[in-house]
Amino acid sequence: MSTFRQNNAAYPFGFLDEYAKKEIRRTVLKAIAIPGYQVPYSSREMPMGRGFGTGGLQLTLSLIGKGETLKVIDQGSDDSVNAVNLRSFIEMTCPGINTTASTSESNLIQSRHRIPEKALREDQVIVLQVPYPDALVIVEPSEEKRKIMHGEADYSRLLVKLYEDIVKFDEITISHRYPTRINGHYVIDPSPIPRYDVPKLHQSKALILFGAGREKKIYAVPPYTDAEPLVFDDIPFRVESFIDEKGERHHCSRCGTHDSFLDEFINPDSGKKVYQCSDSDYCDEHMTSNSQEVING
Amino acid sequence: MDKVLEVSHLSKVFGKGCVNCFEHTGPEHNTNICPYCGSIVAAHDVSFDLYKGEILGIMGESGSGKSTAVKNLFFDQEPSSGKAVFYDGDKQYDLFALNAAQKRHLRNHRFGMVYQNPVLGLNFNVSAGGNIAERLLMSNLSNYQVIRDRAMELLKRTEVLTERMDELPKNFSGGMQQRVQIAKALAINPPLLFLDEVTTGLDLSVQAAILDLILEIRQEMDTAMIIVTHDLGVIRLLASRTIVMKYGRVIEAGITDQILEDPQHAYTQRLVASAL
Repeated sequence: MSTFRQNNAAYPFGFLDEYAKKEIRRTVLKAIAIPGYQVPYSSREMPMGRGFGTGGLQLTLSLIGKGETLKVIDQGSDDSVNAVNLRSFIEMTCPGINTTASTSESNLIQSRHRIPEKALREDQVIVLQVPYPDALVIVEPSEEKRKIMHGEADYSRLLVKLYEDIVKFDEITISHRYPTRINGHYVIDPSPIPRYDVPKLHQSKALILFGAGREKKIYAVPPYTDAEPLVFDDIPFRVESFIDEKGERHHCSRCGTHDSFLDEFINPDSGKKVYQCSDSDYCDEHMTSNSQEVING
Repeated sequence: MDKVLEVSHLSKVFGKGCVNCFEHTGPEHNTNICPYCGSIVAAHDVSFDLYKGEILGIMGESGSGKSTAVKNLFFDQEPSSGKAVFYDGDKQYDLFALNAAQKRHLRNHRFGMVYQNPVLGLNFNVSAGGNIAERLLMSNLSNYQVIRDRAMELLKRTEVLTERMDELPKNFSGGMQQRVQIAKALAINPPLLFLDEVTTGLDLSVQAAILDLILEIRQEMDTAMIIVTHDLGVIRLLASRTIVMKYGRVIEAGITDQILEDPQHAYTQRLVASAL
């Protein structure tokens, strides 16, 4: 790392060369112009393996500027391995930017698996890392045919998948990557965010960008754009409810909130299931305000 | 009567083709392979009309071009030349001049096809009900209960046990698969239905039941059908008019009873005489 720092003058700001960044920005403009359409681009080799968020990273590096504030999340947490490493790589290659763990302080958020609980603002951009950009891949192996199906908005075979789910299990069993129709036409795979986060795409104030590095695609949900999960008229879309057998909603064992997406794990000491906020920043914020209340009260 | 389909001079040649192809093939030459260039003249100069509620039979031995004619009309193959006009209410479509999207529209929303091999017509990875739902979902239906009821109604109509609606069609018998295929083809009430050797390979009692079903459907829905078969019994039972093909040419065409009782062409005479 020290050699890298010594020679970092050899690298341009943001690691990618200006031409590559320009191409990605142009691709982003096209993606915004056609909401939900997967725009192909020449995904660059990054100094990390495909599948570690190279698509999101290239978007972030192309969009970030000096003086801006970045937040990197993995599974809702700022401290997980992937998030820490991506953040330090960006800090290293983009001198002059700030990083934060706070959702509200950031301009640019790169995320995997989650959209922050706190509502985003118009001046924020969220970049999601996408492993499989095409929702149709589960029903049609040929990309050529998938392109035609997207063009004609023919998603009947995806709906058959939902039909079969309801027949077999009485409900739609897709837990994440829920196919979502953008602006009344293209159906996207909204990266591995849980169903819980899908409604946050709808009429979002912030620009949402999706980068798939290995599949070489970029797509977008522009601000104030419709995003409707694929459903049947008479079977409404449901998000994870976190309701236990008694009909009560689980709460975060750390901050006590009842309105967040919860991670479930086993407490190694007691062997019991414990629930905790998946969004660590949201959890911390609640902890602080709780303790404030205690002091004030 | 309302005309549904008008086919004129349909030809299909596999291979590069040459000027001698049509002159040196056909029943008179006992071949459909051009001796000059080796191209196969699968069908040449096939013309017929089809009216609402009518069943047209295309009869011939294997390799006579009867399936080729239907595959061209259903866009499974591209014809070499010819014209076909499909009349749909006040709209009319010049079938061979349509773009790919219009072709898909007709295939998905206006035509039904039942293949000899159910693998071609059914998706074996989804249940029988799901197969029918797929066609219904193409046409903007988006209510689960409505789709489920309609699928059940269709399967009941085609005499598939509704308890087996949620099973995969690969676990069904051949006759049952064929019924599911017919139900799927009928899901969108197509004005035109193609049946390509639907009873071939099924045992006689199942054949009879499926033929009955086809006749009933024609009566109920007034669907125009083209049925391709080599089986004289099927032709006699179903078709009101028939065309007989050999080596890619139409050798005889007319009212079924007339063709079967008073065949003019030597080949047809042999065919009728050899029927048990």
